[in-house]
Formats: sequence, C-alpha cells, structure tokens
Amino acid sequence: MSETSNAIDVPSAQVAGDTLTLSGDLTIDVIASVPTDAARDVARIVLDGVTRFDTAGAWLVVQMSRREGEDAIEVSGATPAQAKLIETVRDIDAPPQAAPERRLLRDGIVAFGHAIWDAVRDLLELTAFFGRILVELGRLLRHPGRARLTPLVYHMQAAGLNAAPIVTLMSLLIGVVVAFQGSAQLERFGAEIFVVDLIAISILRELGILLTAIIVAGRSASAFTAAIGSMKMREEVDALRILGLDPVTVLVLPRILALVLTLPILAILADVAGLAGGAAMAWIDLGITPRAFVVRIADGTSPWHLAVGLIKAPVFALIIGLVGCRNGLEVGGDADSLGRLTSSSVVTSIFLVIAADAVFSIFFALLGV
Amino acid sequence: MDPAIRVRGLVTRFGDHVVHEDLDLDVRRGEILGVVGGSGTGKSVLLRQITGLLEPDAGRIEVLGETVRDTSPEAFRRLRRRWGVMFQGGALFSALTVRENVEAPMREQLDLPDDLRARLAAVKVRMVGLPADAMEKRPSELSGGMRKRAGFARAIALDPEIVFLDEPTAGLDPIGAAALDALVAQLRDVLGLTVFLVTHDLDTLHAICDRVAVLAERRVLAVGSIDELRALPHPWIAEYFGGPRGRAAAGER
Repeated sequence: MSETSNAIDVPSAQVAGDTLTLSGDLTIDVIASVPTDAARDVARIVLDGVTRFDTAGAWLVVQMSRREGEDAIEVSGATPAQAKLIETVRDIDAPPQAAPERRLLRDGIVAFGHAIWDAVRDLLELTAFFGRILVELGRLLRHPGRARLTPLVYHMQAAGLNAAPIVTLMSLLIGVVVAFQGSAQLERFGAEIFVVDLIAISILRELGILLTAIIVAGRSASAFTAAIGSMKMREEVDALRILGLDPVTVLVLPRILALVLTLPILAILADVAGLAGGAAMAWIDLGITPRAFVVRIADGTSPWHLAVGLIKAPVFALIIGLVGCRNGLEVGGDADSLGRLTSSSVVTSIFLVIAADAVFSIFFALLGV
Repeated sequence: MDPAIRVRGLVTRFGDHVVHEDLDLDVRRGEILGVVGGSGTGKSVLLRQITGLLEPDAGRIEVLGETVRDTSPEAFRRLRRRWGVMFQGGALFSALTVRENVEAPMREQLDLPDDLRARLAAVKVRMVGLPADAMEKRPSELSGGMRKRAGFARAIALDPEIVFLDEPTAGLDPIGAAALDALVAQLRDVLGLTVFLVTHDLDTLHAICDRVAVLAERRVLAVGSIDELRALPHPWIAEYFGGPRGRAAAGER
C-alpha cells in the first residue's frame, strides 16, 4: 500500500448554521481529537468526504446524534456501508452505566472484614481437610494393601532425597555461623567451651528442623500445589473421580505420607551437618578438638534436645503437605489462580510452620524439657 | 486491486517432515476464505506464518501489499495493527476481564482517554453478541462459546482489515456455531472485513465462505466455491465434500 493512502486525513468538524459537517478520517486512531460537543447546538449532521470510517467513527456519530439518550438528530451523507455501520452501532450502544460510587474508608473496612473472614474460613477448611486426611489414613491402616507404594516412593525421592544436598549444605553453613558468632561472644568471658552447648542446643532443638522445614516448604509445598493444580485445570482430577478414585487417596495421601516419612530423616541429616559445621568452626576458631567437642556434647547435652527437634518434624511435614495439597485442589480454571495459590502455599506453610514452632516452644517449656 | 493476502512458493519443514512445498494462495479483499485440510496438513501453521508468529523456511508472504518477512519492526508493527487473530480457545488473557482484554490492543496501539476506550470496548463486546454483564467477568467465568465471542471482540477491537479465525466454531453447540457464523458474515458486511477462516465445520463452509481452499499434498490443492470443488475428481476432496457429513451439510440426504 502506498504512502499516501496510509497517511491520516485529519478529521474536521465544521459547524455552519444548524449543520455539523464531518469530513476526513473518522477512525479509532483520530477519534479522540474530534470534540464530542461540536454537535451540541446543531440540528443536522452531514458526513461529507469521510474517507475512512470504522466502528469508533460510527460510535462518535451516534453519540453526536443523541440528545439525552434519544436519537434526535438526522444523519445524512453516509455511504451505504457507513450507514449500515452506524445503524449497527446505534442498535447496540447503550448509555454508560453509572460507575459505582467509591467510598475509600468504607471500602477499606469492608475489604478488611472480608480478608479476616477469608482467613478464618481458610483455617476452618484446612482443619476439615486435615480431618479427611486422618480418616483416609485410618482407612489405610485397616487395609494396608490399598497403599499406593509407587507414588509414595516417587514422592519420597522428589521431596526427600532430592532435597538432601541443599538441606545438608545449608545446615552446615548455619552450624559454622552459629559457632563463629557464639565464639566471638563467649571468648570474652573465657567460656569458649560453652560454644559446644550453644551449637548443640540451637541446632538440635530449633535451627536444624526449622530451616529444613522452611526449605522443604519452599520446594515441596509449591511443587504439590503446581502439580495438583495443573491436573485440576486439565480436568484430570475430575477424570479420577469418574473412575471412582478419590483424589485425596491418589494424589494427596502419597505426598503427605512421603513428607511425614522423609522430613525427620532430613532433620537428622541437618542436625549432623550443623554439628559438623559447628565442630569444624570451633576447632579452627577456638582450638576445640573434635574429640573434645563430642565428649562435651555427650556429657553436657540432654538427649531431649534431639528428641524435641525430631518430635516437631512430622508435624511440620503434615502442615507443609496439607497446605500444598489443599491449595492445589483449590485451583480454579485459570492460570492466574494457579500462580496465586502456588505462592500462597509457600507463604502459608512457612508461616504455619513457624507458628507451630512457637506453640511447641511454649509446650516444651511448660513440660520443662 | 491487490489481494489481501498473497502467498508464493511457501516452504515449511519440521526436521525431515515437509509440511508445505511451493504453496501458493491468494485471499481476495472482502471475501471469507475457508481453509480446510486433513490433520497435519499445516492449516494452523499457515495461519501462524501469515501472521508472522512462525517463520517459513522459504517463500514470500504479502499481506495488504506489504511483505511480512524481512521487514523493519516498525513497519511490521504498523502492518500487524491491520489484522486481528482469534485463536482456537479464544486465548483471552486470564488475568484480565473481558473488557480489559478487548481494551488491550487499544491500550497498546493507541493513546485514547480511559472512558472513551471503555465505551468503544463496550461497543465491540455488544457487537459480538455478549451481554453487557459479561464485560467485567474473567475468562474463567465464561462458557466456551462466550470465550470465543470475547476472543472475536478482541480480534476486531481495532477494526482490522483482515481477521484470522482458527476453528471458530469448534466445540460450540449447533445453535452457538450457527450464531457465530452469522456474526462473522454480518461483521464482514458491516466492517468490510477480509476473513481467513481455518475450519473443519462443513456447515460453516456452506453457510458463509465465499471460497474454500483445500490444503493437501503439501500445497493448496484447489481453491473455489464448494460447488466448483465438488466437481473436481480428486479423491480426498470428493471424500470430504461427498462423504455423509459433506452431503448432510449441503442439504442432501
């Protein structure tokens, strides 16, 4: 197409007496430059030499020909094709609906209330989901033959074994950091040897399991939501139901069981790596030999510290698995909800893990262990 | 007058598999051209090549007199604005409402005031026969047929000269499919569109297509009205239009 036909013919709206004459291009590119109030005081609209004309132009003409929502003004001069388009638009263009009045304070309070209600309902639904899992678990205990071993082993590998390297490395580094920070402080009191107790207690009780749970929440809660959610979007979950298979048994249980079984093992791994990192740092920084480190742990650290950490592991695993799987089943038909729920899985499961950890701390403090 | 679309010597290969070999096709301005062919004959590939989504291995594609390949990004951007595409599933942006979907091309290509853009989007949404309350819905809240209509509204948002439709009636009930056919024909008449229509729907071909292009044996085997095509002795074409479904669509029993 040549340059001339591409160039825009500037639209003009001339008022002469009671007649408005429109000419030039009336297309969506240039329509904004035509003043809509040009037709305010005229009784007739004439299209004269309108070269290009589209739906937007037709809409403009319809707007100009209206008085208080009524088609009041005669339009002439349109070619048959233009007239057809004007008629089509005239039939369907309704006056705009008044936008709902916005009240900032009120809307804010309403949104806040909705958010609270949603959070409460979310927690209730999560509890209900937990109940369903317990029922399914009980059923499985009565009929162990129904257990689905292949997916269980697969998820143990994906969520457990494959997480081992990163969990070990991270815990090793945390052990180094705790030893380093502790020694700098304790050296000032000449109490270097207590760095061993510091490392042992903090790693075994809290850091080992908590950081492992956070890493697993980041890896597996999101993976569970994304996997189950995309199956939901492609109607695979419905297909399971039609085949008489319960999605909770087939999809959710193996994942949660895999986490419950592997998270304690990961926690032990993290404990060992954290102690090793701490021992290495204590040796380098304070000259505490590994032998002295081991002896000090054996003498001075109650086995309850290890137990406290490991008792928490299956509970954290349950939280991560529950949140990840339930969010997956909540996914609707659109890609948007999949993304939203996946990130919400990570945030919610980490938050709930830390909240549960706080509850455990109070509980064990009351028990005195 | 130039044809709206001119394809010459198109070659497409996927590895060793040759899809198109020396394919020629003309689409006249203002016509509705149906493109048919068996599975794997490259109908959708052809559509994607004409719209510049896929690069052919060789050949020349001109749309509205301008070449699609080897052109400057700026020229291609101007050219792209003159066509609209409706993908098979509607391909609506799931994060946006129907109104925002229809506004999206206007927002990207033009600098319009917000209220004007909203009013024009409303005209387009009503034009494709969607109710006004569909405007603020998200694609996931719509039925398949409504999604297709919304996709159509987005395709014609800028009053393009050419509209590409990929299987517009697939998955629709007969009433919805017939309504969509009527809509395409009506908008062609009103807006002066050229329509490139990939379809398997024999009823659509009979109802609204001016000409039909048959893709087979790696090229456009024949182009013409359905009556002309049915007179051809080629076995696939005879099977396609003369089979039980073809005869039923033509109103014979």
